[in-house]
Amino acid sequence: METSPLLILFAAIFTNNILLASFLGMCSFLACSQQIETAIGLGAAVTFVMTCTSVINYLIYYGILVEGAPLVAADLTFMSFIVFIAVIAAFVQFVEMFIERFSPKLYYALGIFLPLITVNCAILGASLFMVIRSYTLGQSLGFGFGGGIGWALAIVLMAGLRKKMNYSNVPAPFRGVAIIMVVTGVMAMVFMGFVGMVQIQ
Amino acid sequence: MAANPAAVMSCGACGPSCRQTLNEGVWTNNPVAVQMLGVCSALAVTSRLENSIVMGMALIFVAAMSNLFVSLLRNATPRRIRMIAEVTIIATFVIVFDQLLKAFYPEMSESLGPYVGLIITNCIIMGRAEAFAMQNPPAISVVDGIANGIGYAAVLILIGAAREVLGSGELLGRTVLSPDWYTGNLVMILAPGAFIALGFLIALANHIKPPQTEASK
Repeated sequence: METSPLLILFAAIFTNNILLASFLGMCSFLACSQQIETAIGLGAAVTFVMTCTSVINYLIYYGILVEGAPLVAADLTFMSFIVFIAVIAAFVQFVEMFIERFSPKLYYALGIFLPLITVNCAILGASLFMVIRSYTLGQSLGFGFGGGIGWALAIVLMAGLRKKMNYSNVPAPFRGVAIIMVVTGVMAMVFMGFVGMVQIQ
Repeated sequence: MAANPAAVMSCGACGPSCRQTLNEGVWTNNPVAVQMLGVCSALAVTSRLENSIVMGMALIFVAAMSNLFVSLLRNATPRRIRMIAEVTIIATFVIVFDQLLKAFYPEMSESLGPYVGLIITNCIIMGRAEAFAMQNPPAISVVDGIANGIGYAAVLILIGAAREVLGSGELLGRTVLSPDWYTGNLVMILAPGAFIALGFLIALANHIKPPQTEASK
């Protein structure tokens, strides 16, 4: 039986969190988790881009790249990495130009985060997972959206924890990134408590 | 030798020596432990030592080859499109490695899953292409790529070994801690163990060589 997209959405947020269980998007997670506002902005931008690129990449993968696809019959799956990354870069560029033209306010809120997203491995990772787990279109949508929300949730939680951590007495060698890693580990352990809530492979 | 950071930096402009480049990539500026680059895959593939070794080899190969080609094309690439050019070159070598792995070692390809493809967005490779290969001649760029690849592989192998030994008492599939007295600590194999292991490794590196303060950077 096919797993419903809604189930995948919740699984991607809690049990299979893209950051805490699949380790994707660590670079921007470490760099941009100092302020809660920044974390929320980046989280929103990632969610939006991840949802859209998962769907676009799904259509391209099954419309063009797969053997015997409707548009090109030859097996082009080996090209998928290069196509996916090009789609993501082009999409981010397009969104940037679009919101700059139509909503300057949103552009100032999100604009600085957009270029960062191109190199966020969570976005490319979502597209690769979609192919490896052979999701359908609806499932890809659920996974892209849920993955984005899950990533945003993790980075916002981390930003809150880091604010508190400014006042704690951390042993000298652990100051900086080391303690963040350990705290993230504890956070991942907490999220493991959700296992059993929903089950996907 | 590369004792003081200012001297290393000034040599960067006049063509750094091979030895300094190696030393920087592997130790003083280790991409994972010091610069915090490429953390994603360093965490994801290290549940077993074998995976870590293959991933390290992949990174050495891709970093060296992409640095070589970015450097060869550096005078022919217009500045505005250099990012796209770099990504395309990197993606090409990642595809080559992925296809080789699929052909000769399918089980490993299966077990690494999407993380081979994710080498494209690994900040180490992009960072070296942008920061080093764009400014330096091909031969030294290859050395830089190999050095950073080795630095990355070394961290991966350390974490991979620690997690496999603590998690299951085995190393490369051979029992080292006898199950008679050692109970495998499952959390080290699961996701949280990766974060905690890397956290302790970074703390250890800081302890051996305290990080430079912002002012001296």
